[in-house]
Amino acid sequence: MPTPEKNDPPDIEGLVRERMFALSGRHFISVASLNRPEAERLLDLADAFVSLSRAREKKLTLLRGRTLVNLFFESSTRTQSSFEIAAKRLGADTVNMSPRTSSVTKGETLIDTAVTLNAMKPDLLVVRHSASGAASLLSQKVGCSVINAGDGWHEHPTQALLDALTLRRAFGSVEGLVVAICGDVLHSRVARSNVGLLQMLGARVRLVGPPTLMPAGADQWGAEVFHDMRAGITGVDVVMMLRLQLERMDGAFVPSTREYFRFFGLDAEKLSLAKPHVRVMHPGPMNRGVEIESGVADDLDVSLIQQQVEMGVAARMAVLATLAAQLDEPSLSNSGA
Amino acid sequence: MSMADLRPTAYLNARLVDPDSGYDGPGALIVAEGVIADVAHRPCLEGLSADVAIVDCEGRALIPGLIDIRVKTGEPGAEPKETLKSASRAAAAGGVASIVIQPDTDPAVDEPAVLDFILRRARDIELVHVHAAGAATRGLKGVNMAELGLMAEAGALYFTDVDHAVADSKVFRRVLSYARAFGRPVAHRPADPYLTVGAVATEGELAGRLGLPSAPAIAERIMLERDLALAQLTGARLIVDQITTADALESLARARALGADVVATASINHLSFNEVDIGDYRTFCRLDPPLRAEADRQALIEAVASGLVKVITSAHTPAPAEDKRLPFSEAAAGAVGLETLLPALLTLHHEGRCPLIDLIRAVTLAPAELLGLPGGRLKRGAPADVTLCDLDAPLVIDAAKLLSKSKNSPFDGRRLQGRVLATVVDGRAIYRADD
Repeated sequence: MPTPEKNDPPDIEGLVRERMFALSGRHFISVASLNRPEAERLLDLADAFVSLSRAREKKLTLLRGRTLVNLFFESSTRTQSSFEIAAKRLGADTVNMSPRTSSVTKGETLIDTAVTLNAMKPDLLVVRHSASGAASLLSQKVGCSVINAGDGWHEHPTQALLDALTLRRAFGSVEGLVVAICGDVLHSRVARSNVGLLQMLGARVRLVGPPTLMPAGADQWGAEVFHDMRAGITGVDVVMMLRLQLERMDGAFVPSTREYFRFFGLDAEKLSLAKPHVRVMHPGPMNRGVEIESGVADDLDVSLIQQQVEMGVAARMAVLATLAAQLDEPSLSNSGA
Repeated sequence: MSMADLRPTAYLNARLVDPDSGYDGPGALIVAEGVIADVAHRPCLEGLSADVAIVDCEGRALIPGLIDIRVKTGEPGAEPKETLKSASRAAAAGGVASIVIQPDTDPAVDEPAVLDFILRRARDIELVHVHAAGAATRGLKGVNMAELGLMAEAGALYFTDVDHAVADSKVFRRVLSYARAFGRPVAHRPADPYLTVGAVATEGELAGRLGLPSAPAIAERIMLERDLALAQLTGARLIVDQITTADALESLARARALGADVVATASINHLSFNEVDIGDYRTFCRLDPPLRAEADRQALIEAVASGLVKVITSAHTPAPAEDKRLPFSEAAAGAVGLETLLPALLTLHHEGRCPLIDLIRAVTLAPAELLGLPGGRLKRGAPADVTLCDLDAPLVIDAAKLLSKSKNSPFDGRRLQGRVLATVVDGRAIYRADD
């Protein structure tokens, strides 16, 4: 893809228009619905949105007249505001709902809530829910596009997209990178989406964690499984840490916080086993001193954590724009890569 | 009684399939006064008196009415799910002549008054034979023994805490030995309650990828080994309720080889589906025990064919749409099955996995012998409970058309081969497919 010369006044809108396409599916539930050319095109488009987000004038009209609803059954300030900013930069109207504190407690079900919302004719419905499969269930019952912002332990596909975008910008390409995903893989939707997308883009993925936090059959996902973190991160290009829920640490899945940090926490000493140019990622929010040492997390030569947050907005803009394009003109989706 | 007014009926030109005599061939039956008056192993009978009604079966199969020993309704306590009447109508449409109601109602059947309520309600419906099982422990809580003796006296055929594990081995031992004194078997679904807590799927690659809480299949064998040991200790008769895994089947085979008095059941669901049928979180396939790997399903079919597993049930568990239209891990477990049991069994037969007469035995004679019921056989003097079916007719299951109040059938949209044409109970035709 040609990029504008550094000294030219950038025509970001033109770049976006050039890279726009319509996603082939109506919903964005799982990375498994993408193919590699489509994933690469999403990343190209997201790149253009990064430029847009860094410009003085950040607003486009691609989603003008569209309504996006953030339906978060589990609270998440970070992801919800990322989607909200992404939608607003594309000109959409946004509404945030947290049904935990409204109708659901009155006995209304997930589907009732969705059907009610659907009757208000939103175009894009961003859903986070604590149960695996919730986004898929919703997508069967509503007329709008459903974007999975995390369903239980299953998937968080926009997180994988933003991680891939971050990596591509840091390394030039995801192809051939060795990525160690470390920590609580069992309960992690981030890990599942990343395993799928990173492998699709040509990375070699390792999964690292104690056996009690590793799903059965993870070795059949095409990734290599390690229970020894030192071995698992030796020679890798990227260490992707996962968040460990504090309630899982007190003897349930691992004996204690300090034992977990000793064997599976990322510190400078363990990190020295990776390649010299290693970069560290974390989907946030971090438990400093539990899964990651502050010194590592805050080392700007190593950490990509701040970039991940920035890329989150751009990656979500790419997803929203291409889904809306699909709504505008479903036939576009057949135009191919 | 209307039964006395019924004219004797001769069912001619049928294919009789009778596990009791082992006969599968051309035959005829005469039914009079609610019992089987005569059985002939030739298609026609001569010299019938003029007042005998004639039914020409046109070569279709006549089998004993099915006996389904694991049926849940919502009566009392959850009538919108299923009533005794709606379950009876579903049974009739499925060729099922006798059902055994599970005690996990609200209130639970843990004392004779609730049992009596169910049996009296059922008597007024006058469709299929309705029997009941009693709870093993009070409130199905696994702590204190229920009134087993009084319930046995009131007609409880066996005792079970249904889907609740009796985790305390001391309690289960006492239930087994006490029930033995009243000549009743005890059923227990083997699942280690600690390993399976919160699980909605079988541990493995698929559940891992779908992000579903899961338990290892071995949880079944762990509990089964305990149950078999306690059955041996007490000399009680144990019903292994819904065995599903190859591992547990091996344990069962060892115990039976040592002479244990134990009978295992399998649900038609675990014979027909595997974990992959969960697909995109299909909650109609959310079952308890959860669907297993294909290797387990194959082992289970093998065990039915070899006679290791003797009884097949529908595991009929009605759940209304509002309990199923939820994320997979929050959806109710279970499937309705009374109307699909026989077609699904016949489909297994057509797949060449098991001789017809052995499959029929598992839903007729075997449960009759297990619970001491007079039906389940085409024999002179037996109750005139017979089912006429077309063994070959194809059909597509449409859950919306099921007679159960709840439509949660995993067979929805499935193509099966084998159809119920008519159901006769006590000599009365209670269901005809053309109705």
